[in-house]
Amino acid sequence: MTLIDLANPTKFLSLTGRVLPWLAGATAILLLVGLYQAAIAPDDYQQGATVKIMFIHVPNAWLSMFVWGVMSIAALGTLVWRHPLADVAAKAAAPIGAAFTFLALVTGSLWGRPMWGTYWEWDARLTSVLVLFLMYLGLMALWRAVDDPSRAARAAAVLTLVGAINLPIIKFSVDWWNTLHQPASVMRMGGPSLDKAFLIPLLVMAIGFSLLFVTLHLAAMRNEILRRRVRSLQMMQASQQAA
Amino acid sequence: MTAITALIRRDIKIALRVGGGALIGVLFFLTVTVLMPFAIGPDLALLTRLGPAILWLGALLASLLTLDRLFTADHEDGSLDLIVMGQTPLELACAAKALAHWLAAGVPLIVATPMLGLLLNLDGEATSAVALTLLVGTPALTFTGMIGAALAVTLHRGGLLLAVLVLPLSIPVLIFGVSASQAAITGPLAFGTPFSILCALSLVSLVVGPFAAAASLRHGLD
Amino acid sequence: MFSGLDFETASGEVLAVVGPNGSGKTSLLRLVAGLLVPAGGSIGLEGGETELTLPEQSHYLGHRDALKPALSVAENLSFWRDFLGGETGDVGPCLTAVGLGHATYLPAAYLSAGQRRRLSIARLLVVRRPVWLLDEPTSALDAAGQELCVGVMRDHLASGGIIVAATHAPLGIEARELRMGGGK
Repeated sequence: MTLIDLANPTKFLSLTGRVLPWLAGATAILLLVGLYQAAIAPDDYQQGATVKIMFIHVPNAWLSMFVWGVMSIAALGTLVWRHPLADVAAKAAAPIGAAFTFLALVTGSLWGRPMWGTYWEWDARLTSVLVLFLMYLGLMALWRAVDDPSRAARAAAVLTLVGAINLPIIKFSVDWWNTLHQPASVMRMGGPSLDKAFLIPLLVMAIGFSLLFVTLHLAAMRNEILRRRVRSLQMMQASQQAA
Repeated sequence: MTAITALIRRDIKIALRVGGGALIGVLFFLTVTVLMPFAIGPDLALLTRLGPAILWLGALLASLLTLDRLFTADHEDGSLDLIVMGQTPLELACAAKALAHWLAAGVPLIVATPMLGLLLNLDGEATSAVALTLLVGTPALTFTGMIGAALAVTLHRGGLLLAVLVLPLSIPVLIFGVSASQAAITGPLAFGTPFSILCALSLVSLVVGPFAAAASLRHGLD
Repeated sequence: MFSGLDFETASGEVLAVVGPNGSGKTSLLRLVAGLLVPAGGSIGLEGGETELTLPEQSHYLGHRDALKPALSVAENLSFWRDFLGGETGDVGPCLTAVGLGHATYLPAAYLSAGQRRRLSIARLLVVRRPVWLLDEPTSALDAAGQELCVGVMRDHLASGGIIVAATHAPLGIEARELRMGGGK
């Protein structure tokens, strides 16, 4: 099974149809194990139990960027290789990426509440994620603005790639903007010196969430392929004369 | 009555379907609000003080920009001719279109306000004050903006010209909307005074807007 | 645009407005429809409902089809039925009559130009109005569509309706001619 075989939507549907239940099962098991490990992990001596938000927050934050990477590769697939499923993959990934980003923002602000005393601080990291969220929403709006998916695909691909180049610049400017206005006064969590008791559940959760993304993405791609089939069937039906 | 509800339902459906612009307005509102702190700095105390003004400006621009196509879309596909000819008075039809636009594009702005209030460090009371003033004030924005949208059909121009025409008209709404929210947060004015004036402005625009828009449309068709 | 124009037409009759491009056929129809304000003169309907104006008793079929691509075929038609005050009922028979029965629930965006034209002709059927103002009714229609259009017009005349049609091509129906342009 190569990438060329996968280009055929019918083969893609039958293959993913067989793989999806296993993927979903593996995702569920990993997330359950991860959550259990996170629950029995010790409290942090400074933050208490709130540190456990990290087990949800970090995988989501990581995926929020990873999904943009996936979309960028798909965008290259649309523009350079003309892979027929590339724009299906790109379109299906956008709402999932937006959802992960939104969860990262929500968990980040819930985590920030006990640390900062407010739900939202214009902290450099959170702010960059917020900008990323806006870009996801803009991309989704672009997909929604045009009924014909193949017309929207190229525009969305260009925007995705520009976003991929721009995201580090945005991140850098936000950091600069933030330090310009306030020296890092907020307490930060993380760093490489994470205790093993936290690291293992975090890794399990990260893998679990990544598998969740793969599962959701494949399912959404199947939906998108079927949606396009419905669309072309409808157009065929419209063009035939009444008997 | 069937005619009016049919028009409202049609416009809301179109706004919410693929290609419709209702949700883009909310996205614009969100983006404008998020941009503000980048310009004025992340100082939470400052943002709290400016919050109502930022939210009101964002809502004003968002509701104005989505109004652009209120009549031009119907003009381009010929629907406007039939709406003008119909037995429904044109004033009522205009009011119905504006109401549909407010329901599809204005109400989501108000729903989004609490989330944006969080970003601007507004507490619960301040956020609900802003949301309440927006609930009362955005109809005035839509119904005055409608006049500009009707002129856009007459003049065959939209976009920036519309903004230039309508923005000055919405100054009173902005003044009383922001001062009512500020009054609720910091005082010293009583909340009731600017809030009642805001209500009055909305009611006036509910009457004036449809008549002005209908008059402009009647003479603007060709 | 033009002056010195005087014409009348009666129940059960077609008035075909003919003339070269730019002679004011469309403007004349839009004047009758009340969409243009005449510089002088008057247009009126004798008989009919006295409460209503002439435009309110007329159907106008313009160059543009007044359809929303985002709505389905049935939604488009039932909107105009409700807005123009037709009897509530199923739009199905009217769609079948214009040969769009198979497309009832499809988005109007997927229709071809001829099918869009047929859908706007269905609007004439779904709400009853005594006066029909048709601007190039057969444009974009294929042979079958033109035949259908003529059939619809005949039925309307038989029930005592009036048709004013601007046209280049012969309508395929006996009509009194009003020639525009040239001598004015």
